[in-house]
Amino acid sequence: MIRFDSVSKRYPNGYEALRGINLHIRRGEMVFITGHSGAGKSTLLRLIPLLERPSNGQVLVAGLNLVRLRRGLIPQLRRRIGMIFQDYRLLHDRTVYDNVALPLVIAGVSPLEIGRRVRAALDKVGLLDRERVYPVTLSGGEQQRVGIARAEVSRPPILVADEPTGNLDPALSWEIMQLFRDFQRVGVTVVIASHDIGLIERLGQRVITLERGRLVDDIPAEAA
Amino acid sequence: MAEVAARRPPSRLRRAANAYVSAHGRALVGALGRLYRTPLASLMTAAVLGVALALPAGFLLLLANLQGVTAGWEADARLSVFLKTDVAPDRYRALAATLEQDPDIAAATLITPEQALEELRAVSGMQDALALLDSNPLPAVLLVQPAAGADPEAAAALAERLEALPDADLVQLDQAWLQRLASVVELARRGTLVIAAMLGIAVILVVGNTIRMAIESRREELVIIKLLGGTDAFIRRPFLYEGCWYGLLGGVLALLLVETALLLLRGPATALAASYGSALLVQGLGMDGVAWLLAAGVVLGLAGSRLAVGRHLRAIEPR
Repeated sequence: MIRFDSVSKRYPNGYEALRGINLHIRRGEMVFITGHSGAGKSTLLRLIPLLERPSNGQVLVAGLNLVRLRRGLIPQLRRRIGMIFQDYRLLHDRTVYDNVALPLVIAGVSPLEIGRRVRAALDKVGLLDRERVYPVTLSGGEQQRVGIARAEVSRPPILVADEPTGNLDPALSWEIMQLFRDFQRVGVTVVIASHDIGLIERLGQRVITLERGRLVDDIPAEAA
Repeated sequence: MAEVAARRPPSRLRRAANAYVSAHGRALVGALGRLYRTPLASLMTAAVLGVALALPAGFLLLLANLQGVTAGWEADARLSVFLKTDVAPDRYRALAATLEQDPDIAAATLITPEQALEELRAVSGMQDALALLDSNPLPAVLLVQPAAGADPEAAAALAERLEALPDADLVQLDQAWLQRLASVVELARRGTLVIAAMLGIAVILVVGNTIRMAIESRREELVIIKLLGGTDAFIRRPFLYEGCWYGLLGGVLALLLVETALLLLRGPATALAASYGSALLVQGLGMDGVAWLLAAGVVLGLAGSRLAVGRHLRAIEPR
């Protein structure tokens, strides 16, 4: 589903965020990317939806060669990837419903279908009764669940989450991770950057460790 | 990809068309909604556009009215043919009769030297001075009215032809001042067009700047839309419609300004016309004028927003 072939990323200021990364993530896998801050976790994640372009090497996502992808096709790529952020990135002047509906509006889904799918997504994250409220009235955990509902509502084959539990307490973090597990079980490829080693170990999934831009460890998932 | 699109069943095509229409409808209504949510700021911008559009529209209307009035006067153009003083009375009477038959001439009126002297005596109050003259120094004059519908060039050609008559001494075209007036009106019209072009640029810049600020204030939202796979067209659309709405509102305000100005000017203008013995009808913008004004507003608004959108949206990329 996602393949990195000797990928390097050097920023214009000369900083080398990634060096010679080789990585293959299969369809339906759940993978954690871990490492100290500055190890290149975020950069690696940002290459997947083409928020950055690699300096060297090839990135293939859902059959698309990102190095050769034209600018005009980037929206098509991003519609196949649900993105979740540490700071949620919700629109504060719109209701929970409108936030979750946004990807479907962008994709031109009919209003009737939007209503059905938004409610299904909100039901999945347990916020069906909050669709009319504004994000500021929600707790951090609830806002992140809105973020997940928004990433998932268009049923993308890939979910990418950058420190999704970075601002949440352990109990809430565990709940959020269970949501990601559920998506993985129905065949979604899930890639999560996190430095919460304790939480990651308890989940028993594949863990990739980065250190100063190099891939130093790749522990496969425990046989379930 | 192309073959896949070609093999799509019609229902799929219709769905795509529906999505397209609803996306535009959403952008159209959404843009109006945003203007409505900041009524004062929107109204101020629209007012600036209204004034900028009303000025050239008002001037052009004024000129149209002026031309309407002078067009009536042109029909009154007359030629005075002064004959040589040695032309005998039966000759100039015969000449008057001949000219009367000319297809280019509507009427030829003869003023004999005696009549001219009588008139001069009556109006000038120079009876004593005129009494000293032992003979009448005045020539016979033929007042020639060109055929109906003759334009200034035709009148000038007629003047030339009359001047070539052996008995004619001098032909005076009373229309000369009208031609000068026409030149002045034409000059004013060109000047108005130049000013209109400059104000049009001002409208584009005002809308462009307003849209630029709208883009800045929604930067975060636009970044998120790009993250979620929004195309450039999707992001551009609401701003383009916003520009159109500004232009349309500006056009409507300009319309109100022009019509109000007309209402204020109609009374005095009619009074002035009445004093010249003519029933002047101040002409308004009319359906065509209204359509042109609103269309100009929309087109300029769209141009302004295109300018802003093209320059600023590319700079917004997710970080």
